[in-house]
Order: sequence, then structure tokens, then C-alpha cells
Amino acid sequence: MILSERIAYEVRRFFARLLKRPRLDLPLLGGLLALCLIGLAVLYSAGGGSTTQVLNQSARLALGFAVFVLLSRVPPAILRDWTPWFYAGTVALLVAVALFGEGRGAHRWLDLGVLRFQPSELAKLALPMMVAWQLHARVLPPTWSTLAMSAVLIAVPALLIAEQPDLGTALLVAISGAFVIFLAGLSWPRIGLVVGAAAAAAPIGWQFMHEYQRNRVRMFLDPEADPLGNGWNIIQAKIAVGSGGFAGKGYGMSTQAKLDFLPEHTTDFIFAVFSEEFGVIGVAVVIALYIFIIGRGLMIAADARDTYSRLLAGSIAMTFFVYVMVNGGMITGLMPVVGVPMPLISYGGTSAVSLLAGFGVLQSIHAHRRHALTPS
Amino acid sequence: MLRSRPALSRRIKDGAHETLLFRRRALAGFTIIACCLAVLLGRFFQLQVLRHDEFNARSDANRIKIRPLPPARGLIYDRNGVVLADNVPQYRLELTPEQVDDVDATLQRLRAVLSLSDEDIERFRELRRLKRNFDGVPVRLQLSETEVASFAVQRHLFPGVEIVPYLTRSYPHRELLAHVVGYVGRIDEGDRERLDPARYAGFSHIGKTGIERQYEDVLLGQPGYEQVETDAQGRALRVLHRVPPRQGSHVRLTIDARLQEATAKAFDGRPGAAVAIDPRNGEVLALVSLPGFDPNLFINGISRKQYAALLNAVYRPLFNRALQGGYEPGSTAKPFLGLAGLELGLRTANSTVVSTGQFRLEGASHVWRDWKRGGHGRVNLHEAIAQSVNSYFYQLAVDLGIDRLADYMSRFGFGRPTGIDLQGEASGLLPSREWKLRVHQKPWYPGETVIAGIGQGYWIVTPVQLASALATLASDGVRHVPHLLLSTQTARDAPRPAAIHASTPSFVRDRANLVTVRDGMVAVMHGPTGTARAVGAGSTYRIAGKSGTAQRYTRKDASEYDEKRVAEHLRHQALFVAYAPAEAPRLAVALVVEHGSSGSKAAAPVARAILDAYLLPPPAPMP
Repeated sequence: MILSERIAYEVRRFFARLLKRPRLDLPLLGGLLALCLIGLAVLYSAGGGSTTQVLNQSARLALGFAVFVLLSRVPPAILRDWTPWFYAGTVALLVAVALFGEGRGAHRWLDLGVLRFQPSELAKLALPMMVAWQLHARVLPPTWSTLAMSAVLIAVPALLIAEQPDLGTALLVAISGAFVIFLAGLSWPRIGLVVGAAAAAAPIGWQFMHEYQRNRVRMFLDPEADPLGNGWNIIQAKIAVGSGGFAGKGYGMSTQAKLDFLPEHTTDFIFAVFSEEFGVIGVAVVIALYIFIIGRGLMIAADARDTYSRLLAGSIAMTFFVYVMVNGGMITGLMPVVGVPMPLISYGGTSAVSLLAGFGVLQSIHAHRRHALTPS
Repeated sequence: MLRSRPALSRRIKDGAHETLLFRRRALAGFTIIACCLAVLLGRFFQLQVLRHDEFNARSDANRIKIRPLPPARGLIYDRNGVVLADNVPQYRLELTPEQVDDVDATLQRLRAVLSLSDEDIERFRELRRLKRNFDGVPVRLQLSETEVASFAVQRHLFPGVEIVPYLTRSYPHRELLAHVVGYVGRIDEGDRERLDPARYAGFSHIGKTGIERQYEDVLLGQPGYEQVETDAQGRALRVLHRVPPRQGSHVRLTIDARLQEATAKAFDGRPGAAVAIDPRNGEVLALVSLPGFDPNLFINGISRKQYAALLNAVYRPLFNRALQGGYEPGSTAKPFLGLAGLELGLRTANSTVVSTGQFRLEGASHVWRDWKRGGHGRVNLHEAIAQSVNSYFYQLAVDLGIDRLADYMSRFGFGRPTGIDLQGEASGLLPSREWKLRVHQKPWYPGETVIAGIGQGYWIVTPVQLASALATLASDGVRHVPHLLLSTQTARDAPRPAAIHASTPSFVRDRANLVTVRDGMVAVMHGPTGTARAVGAGSTYRIAGKSGTAQRYTRKDASEYDEKRVAEHLRHQALFVAYAPAEAPRLAVALVVEHGSSGSKAAAPVARAILDAYLLPPPAPMP
């Protein structure tokens, strides 16, 4: 009884504070909300007017914003202090997935009885937090030995995820760690060295790829060679985009999606439907919106008082870009088909929730920008 | 690199420196990101604006499919407008697998409503494999009205099953015109290879034989098409544009269905063939080959059993005797040979030959006989034709020699196809020295010339050839290519007459010679000694005729040929040629009654019946 009263009291107090002093960065919030609304509108059209998908997605976005608001109230200092545990837990869950996971073809899901979720989504936040945590106390720019340590911290979850196999998420996770190192001031010559080494290692990586992943690279190089097989998705996506023209075919007029030529037209390829319906004008508006959100995120990061918050906030904002680039590159045939959604527009709950959670952390950092953290 | 940095031991955290460093990095990162996204936007611009036309075309190509609309086939009429080949509405039952939960159970339940054979079900399964899941698959064709009605009542019990109307070819006269009109059948692999796929888009049937085959291009019509919007599975969603098909031209034949029917009836069930030609223009008024077959069986695929039955039937109903049957002309050749003798100056109308019943060649032991024991006595050409005196023509053939004989006979069209507008015509055989050496590697024997004088030996004619030769004789030596096409007519325009058929000017030098031969042939029917005088008796118009009997059974000795002792299929072929009215011929008939024993007895009455049907009232309307 006392406990429940206590919880009720805390919840009341939380909302009272939230309403009294929301401490949210309104431009960022506005940008995110605008994206979500665009996403829901395109989903309604791409799904052929199905309201179930739209309602599902709305519920997930609502859940995402709840997490967003909750995390925005958690001071960065607490996040920082819990970071190693969070990271360790995430790695443990990834190991568990590797051992007991389920899913068709790829083992990504973990069934916890009450809910099924993908631990790799946790890694999207846990990894940049961990690298930021590792670097925040050190003198920056990082030394080679520090860098080696960071590399291990990045490689363990990234390889576990790539092994599932989920190349897209592994890429996003690894890059979010790399962004922390970049923001920590790793010198340009060293960056060149690391990128060069990675490029040299690519042929070795080819050896470890699954056949379906190799096929994706192959068809990226020449999609028209197999127009009904592997290249179908890319060709149909390009046709959808290209036929959109300058001003688009109009809302709800995507023939490529309506007539089922474009596969996955509510998930990974939804932005092709958007491009078909709204043309290059619509694309420019959405890309501008993405740039605005990323820029705003980086400003929040630059305003943060302590290194941990800065690095984490910067990495979250920059990783958001990778989603846009990989997905946009995929549907226009600039990049191979990697299962990366268009952030906050593609249908699918897990990525929306984890993305909004990341922006919740950004909001928290923004809210606490005047509080200097005590060194841990 | 280490030189530019503070020594490791001296490194301490410098907040202001790190903040600055971070801000520079954040700015650099943002610049890179903005550049990358600008490149991405540039890529969108490239696809959406610069290459818009290309992708827009591909998008349309994706969604818009062309669906062919087959036209209705042109109809076939006889010369009086009687429909010989029709398009009739039929109903078929179709099942759309996508809309049916349990196909097998539905088929079983359908059996309670209408008859479904195992063959139907087997065909359904075969077709289903070839079609897409949302296409209707025919379950039963040619539903009867009762079946349509009883299904309609229970329709609500069979979702996904429906009755679909369609047009099918129909030959209302059945076996009567099977060998003329022919039939259409399903397009098979062989057809597909030689056809232009654009012209036959959407077609299921093609003319296989007869007029249907000969005038396929005329009857076919112009397919239309629909532009339909489809989804990725090819399912049609709506029609964007429609160009209607144009029905094929109707074809009017020279055939007179009434005469055709009378001709077939005159055979009274016996196998044989008859061809009736208007000698004035070569129009074929009747072309009969008996027994016939029902062409309707072939339209939608004949069953194996039925086909085997037709193939193995004793008188081979699928065989077109009128066009392909080869017969010795026998005595029907005599008028032609008689004209040759007169025209080439070897005989006059009054030249006589003494018939003793036996004919010998000098230095040869073989004896050739007259059909009458003891012979006919002294006869001129008139009597020789009227009484069919062999000896006269034995001697004439010997005097002509095989070379001149063959040369003159070829003027009547013997030995080569007549050029009638039907496929598969045989050329017959007009023997010659050169031919025998080439085919048999043997010289020509004088005895072979002797029997050529009575139309026997190697000489083979087809009924259409014989009819054409007779028509040439009847039209004073002017040869018209026999033909079946009278006119064609599109749905909108006036009838267009068939191209004028080739005719060769008369080769006869002296018309008096023609009169001599004709009078001989009239005497066959009406003279006191004529071989067919019994048949010619009582006619209100005058007939010029000649019988012929081709041997199947070779006499080894002088014994009489006894019809009753010889099995039917070994009996002689009875031939008859006749044209009438003799003075101004309007119809020339050549016919064969197979195994009919004697031309004058078996075949002449058939010829009379045909001529009566055409020339006696009610007179057939002429064009």
C-alpha cells in the first residue's frame, strides 16, 4: 500500500514538473513531429489506404515519444554512471540472441516471455554511450592505445550483430561508435589511416559475408543484369523515384506501390513511394528537414558542458544521417540494398522507438546543459 | 607527430581546448553531412528530373499491358446466301481458382448440377497449370440451355464459378460440306511456328482445312486491343483505351447448297465423289466426297476415340475423293480422244472402223476386247461414242501415238492440278514416254498406247480434273480454272467479287468437230443405241454424257465379268460425265461411284439426278 502510494506520488510529481518546466528543445521536437506526421501520411498512401498499419505505427510512435519524454528527464550524469552496466547487459543479450535467438533466416529476436525485442536496437544507444564513457575522462584527442580499446568496444557488439546476420544494424552501430571517436578529435591523418585500412580490409570482409549479402553487393553493381530476380527491388525503386518527376504524381497516386510493383513499399522502400508521389520538391523538403534535425542535434551537443554529453549527443545526431544516406542511397541505386529504414518514415516499431529514445537522450543533454557534471 | 604534442606525462584535460576541438569537429561533421545529403538530393534530381522521361516510360510499361481482342471470324455462305459456317453463341463454365476455397470439392459438387466427365476434369487440371490463379479456367464447354438454367438457379452456392458466353464456329450442314468448307481447329505448335504472332494475338482457332484454310487471311479479321492497367501479378484492374476488333470478311462461295445436297443424296449412301461446274465461268456448284464427316467434331479438339474411328472407317471419310481421289478415266476419256482425232486430222466425222469384238496389234499376241461380244460392226465416231466402241479408240490411240495423245489431253488439264482454290489437290497422271522412262526406267510399250485409248493403264484423273476437262469441252474449248470463291464482303462494304479467274482461249480449230463429239455424247443419253439411253429417257432437256468403267478386276480370259461374284470393294469404279443442256451447257458434272460396277448403270442415274436438281424447276437463281 505504501509502495503504491509512493509510486503514485512520484508519477504525479513527474508530470507536474514536466508540465511546469518541460525543458524540451522545441525546434528539435517540432522537426521530429513533422517527420513522424509525414511518415504516417505516406504510410496511409503506400499501404493502400489501410488504417490498421497507420494505427499500429501511431501506437509505436506514441510509445517512442513516451520513452523520449522519460529519457529527457534523466540527467546525463546518471546515464553516464550506468553506461558500463548498460553496455555489458546489451552485449550479454546479444550473446544470448546468438545462442537462443529466433527469427526467420536471421536470429535477431529474443523472446522474454512477455515481449519480444531485438537487443541490437539497444546497442544503437549502448555503444556510443560506452565509447563516450570510455573517452570522456581521457585527454583528447585520443591516443593509439585508447583508440585500440575503443575499437574493441565497437567491434564486439558490431560483430555479434553482423553475425545474426543483420549487416545494416551492424553498420549503424559501428558507425555510431566511430562518430564518437571522430568527434573526440582524432587527427585527420589518423582518420585517413583508419579509413584506408578499412578499405584494404574490405576484400577480407567479402570472404566472411553470407551469400545473400554478397548478392546484394553484386546486384548493386549491376541491377539490370537480373531484372526479375535480385535486381527487381532496385529497378522498381528507381522507376518509382524517377517517374515521380519534378512535382510528383500526387498524394495517393503512386502506381508503383498501388499496383504492387515495388516490394517492401511500406518499410524499407517507403521513401521511393514518397518520391513518386511528391517528386523532387518533396524530397528536397524532407532532406532539408533531416539536415535541420541533425544540425539542431549538433548544436545541442556543442552547447553541452561535459565531454560525455557532447560526444554522445554528437554521435546520436550524426548517426541519424547515416540512416538517411543509406536508405536514400539504396532506393536511388547509389548504394547496395541494406536493410536500413528511412528514419521515422518507414513502417516498423523497433527502429522508431530506439531512434526516439536517442533523441530523448539528446533532450536530456539539452535540458541539463547548464549543469556541469562532477567528474565520475 | 609526437613532437607537436605535449609529452604524455604532461597531458592533462583541458576543458576549453576540448570544447573548441569538439565544436570544430561538429562543424566539420555537419559540413560533410550536408555535402553528402546534397549529393543524395542531386541523385534524386538526376533520376526525377533529368531522367524522368525514361523512368516515366518504364513506369507506364510496368502498369499498362496490351490485351488483344480477337475479332469474330467472317462467315461462309453459299451462292444463294445460305450460311455454311456460322459463329454461334455458346456458354462455358469457368472456375477462378483464386476465388474458390476448395477446388476439388467444388468440382465434385458441380457434378450434381451438370454432367462433368473425367475427361473434362483432366482438361481442367491441365489448363489450370497454364493459367494464372486469378484467370478463369474453363471447366465445361458447350453447356446446354438446361444446364445453363439449372446452374443459374444454384449460382449462389458456387462462388468463383461462372457461366461465360463465347462465340464458336458451327457448321450447320455437318458432313454435307466438310470437304469444301473444311473446319477450324485450335492453334497447335506447328501453326504457332509459321504464324505471325501479331496477327494472331489472342486467337485460339485457325482454319485447318478446306475454305477455312484457303481463305484464312480473308476470314480472319483484324484483332483489336485493350490497354489495361495491371498490377505486378498481371491482374487487369481497369481498361484505359480500347481499339475494337474488326470482323473478318464474309466469304460467298460458288457452291449451291441445294445442289450439293441433291448430289450427295443421289449417291444413296454409296462412297464416291462428284464435281459440278458451270462451264461458262468455272464456278464450282457442287463438290461432294462421300462419305463425309462432321467438321463440328474438330473445332474444339476431337477425342482420340472419335478420331481413330474416322481414320479407320472402311471408306475413309476424311479422304477428299473429289480433290485427291485418283481414278482411271475409263471410257469417259473417249469424247476427248475423239476430238483429238478430228482436230489433228486423223479422222473425219465419217471415218469408220470395223469392230469385231477383238483388237490385235501386228506382231503381238495380246487381244484387246470390245465390251460387246462379237463387236459393234462398222462404226463412225458418233456411234463409237454412243455405243462406247473400244476398237474405234484402240485404233485411234495407236494412230495418235502416246506422244500426241498425251499432248492433246494435257490441253484439257489432265495430268496437272486444275488450280481450284482448295488445298491438297492431287495432280492425277497423264502418262508419256518420258514419264515412264523416268519413273519406271522402262520404255513405252505399244500395248500401253492401246489401252490409253479407252482411258486405262497408267492414266489417272481426279474427279475435279475430269469435271474441269468436261467443262472445257462443254464451253467449246475455253478452259476456266474451277473455283469456289464467288465474292468477299466486309461487315461494312458492298460485296467484292473474287478476282477474275484465269481462263485460256479455245484451242479448238473447227467448231464442227465439237458438234460431232457433242452429238455422240447426246446419243449416249438419247440415241437408239446409247449406252445410257435408259437414264436419258424422259428428260425435258438434252444431255450430253459418257459413262466410264474403270477396272479393278482384270480379266485374265474371255469370261464375262460377273458383278455378283466379285466382292464389293473389288468391283469396278463407275464413272460418268455429263453436261446439259447440250446446246447451251449450264452445268458439267463428273462423278465416280466407287465399286459401282458399271458407269452406265450405277453412275448415270446419279448424274441425271444432279442435272435434274439443277436444271428443272424450281430453277436456281443465278447471279
